Amino acid sequence: MALLEVNKLTKAFGGLVALNNFVLKMEKGELVGLIGPNGAGKTTVFNLLTGLYQPTSGNIVFEGRDLRGKHPHQITKMGIARTFQNIRLFGNLSVLDNVKIAHQVVINYGLIPAFFRIPPFYRREAEIEESALKLMEIFDLKKYAHEKAKNLPYGEQRRLEITRALATKPKLLLLDEPAAGMNPQETHDLLELIKWIRDEFDLTIILIEHDMSLVMSLCERVLVLDYGSLIAEGTPQEIQQNPRVIEAYLGDEEVAAWEE
Amino acid sequence: MKKYFSTLIICLVLAVFFVAVQLGINSGFISGYWITNLYLVGINIILAASLNLINGFTGEFSLGHAGFMAVGAYSSAVITANLGLPFPLAVIVGMLAAALTGLLVGLPTLRLRGDYLAIATLGFGEIVRVVLMNIDYVGGASGLMGIPAVVNWPLIFFSVVLSLLLIRNFICSSHGRACLSVRENDLAAQMMGVNITYYKVLAFVIGAALAGLAGVLYAHYYTVLQPREFSFMLTFDVLVMVMVGGLGSLTGSVVGAVLITIASAFLQAIPELRMVIYAVLLILSAVFRPQGLLGEKEVSLNILQKLGGVLNGPARSKQAH
Repeated sequence: MALLEVNKLTKAFGGLVALNNFVLKMEKGELVGLIGPNGAGKTTVFNLLTGLYQPTSGNIVFEGRDLRGKHPHQITKMGIARTFQNIRLFGNLSVLDNVKIAHQVVINYGLIPAFFRIPPFYRREAEIEESALKLMEIFDLKKYAHEKAKNLPYGEQRRLEITRALATKPKLLLLDEPAAGMNPQETHDLLELIKWIRDEFDLTIILIEHDMSLVMSLCERVLVLDYGSLIAEGTPQEIQQNPRVIEAYLGDEEVAAWEE
Repeated sequence: MKKYFSTLIICLVLAVFFVAVQLGINSGFISGYWITNLYLVGINIILAASLNLINGFTGEFSLGHAGFMAVGAYSSAVITANLGLPFPLAVIVGMLAAALTGLLVGLPTLRLRGDYLAIATLGFGEIVRVVLMNIDYVGGASGLMGIPAVVNWPLIFFSVVLSLLLIRNFICSSHGRACLSVRENDLAAQMMGVNITYYKVLAFVIGAALAGLAGVLYAHYYTVLQPREFSFMLTFDVLVMVMVGGLGSLTGSVVGAVLITIASAFLQAIPELRMVIYAVLLILSAVFRPQGLLGEKEVSLNILQKLGGVLNGPARSKQAH
């Protein structure tokens, strides 16, 4: 059974069709790239997968369960986590608290222990803290534990986003332009990091990215969206040579000019 | 070890304060006028702290606090004055009724954001007042009288300490962190598995229940209730306390409640100007110190320690609230 099956997924906002008959099947452990010009519907796919939007038609099946009608927090609990294109940390909270909050679906306790500080509170809080610190250690964020998240350097903020997403113990990780605003060195480090977390955390990953070198060297399979429709699917080499993709990125006239 | 030590010091300070005030009241050293103000400070601390839980910690701007307080005050007064049942039952009923009202108001209105939520909750507060004015069973506009005067210093003191302790415990738990995450970024909070509707409503219900408790204490101290006491002005008073003290700081709410209550005691000679002065205060604090006196910081022994070097030990680098 495939980990994720997206069937003819369509999302329309009034008359505007943001995503049209999107189809995707993913096996466990795959790393798929999702590319396309601005406004092609890439982030819409993520918003549908995480339950922020409900599909107009079509459905998403994750581990054999239909995601229609599920709330975002339920989907997170089922094992889908994401990062955001424009960083969305809990800016005024400490880095440690950011990671602790993401443990909500993994380790928690009732309201009574919280109010009256009876034993489960101390035990679970210790577990949450231990797990959060362990994860922060891996991503070299432990030294910032008590720093406000908004005061972190940009690259560290991106890393915290990934750390926080991993704290929810996902099976499927959605990365929305993780390399945005990074220099080539940082992008290279990120590439290594993504490869490493996939193996270490046993993840399946969908990556939205504009940095072609990153997509081409990282993904086994690439999907191309344009105006909400899937226009190509294949290995990075196939995609690079696909005339429709070139057209989508460069526009007809320029392709025509090339051909002349 | 150190943690127990600071807890011990806090308990000791509270115990000394409690006993000193009790002795002052018994010996007549604290006059009746200041006893009233002291009780009012206590009630206002509960109101400010519970409003802060909604407005400051969860980031939902509610203006319905006078309404919840009125529900708590009137429902408890019905239990003791009209039905002649014991006071402890009145406390439970008052808090539950306010909490239930919070739930009913919160479920639909918390889908609204910012200004809209403020307007909806403001409307709720006014509805409560007008409805109470038209129910003859609770005295209508002329008020409900004959409520037993059971409120005394120990009751006020322990209500305040317990309320603050419960709010503190809540905020410093995974549930409180979830509320903070809603305030910081509700979209990211959802993606981290936080059920944002649940936590918004939960903070609202807890805040309402404690406002209800403040209402119970108010009713059983003054022994008379009139709907017009629970106007928007009351919510505004509490809001000023929270804003001046600092949205998102529990000790800030305590400081704000003490300052504003005492200030208004001194301003009683010029009641017309009281609201003007409050408004100026709010504007000044918004311009010069928008985060409030304490911002999001909490006054703890550790901070005092750093400031004054009172206890000669290495200060912990960061206080976990």
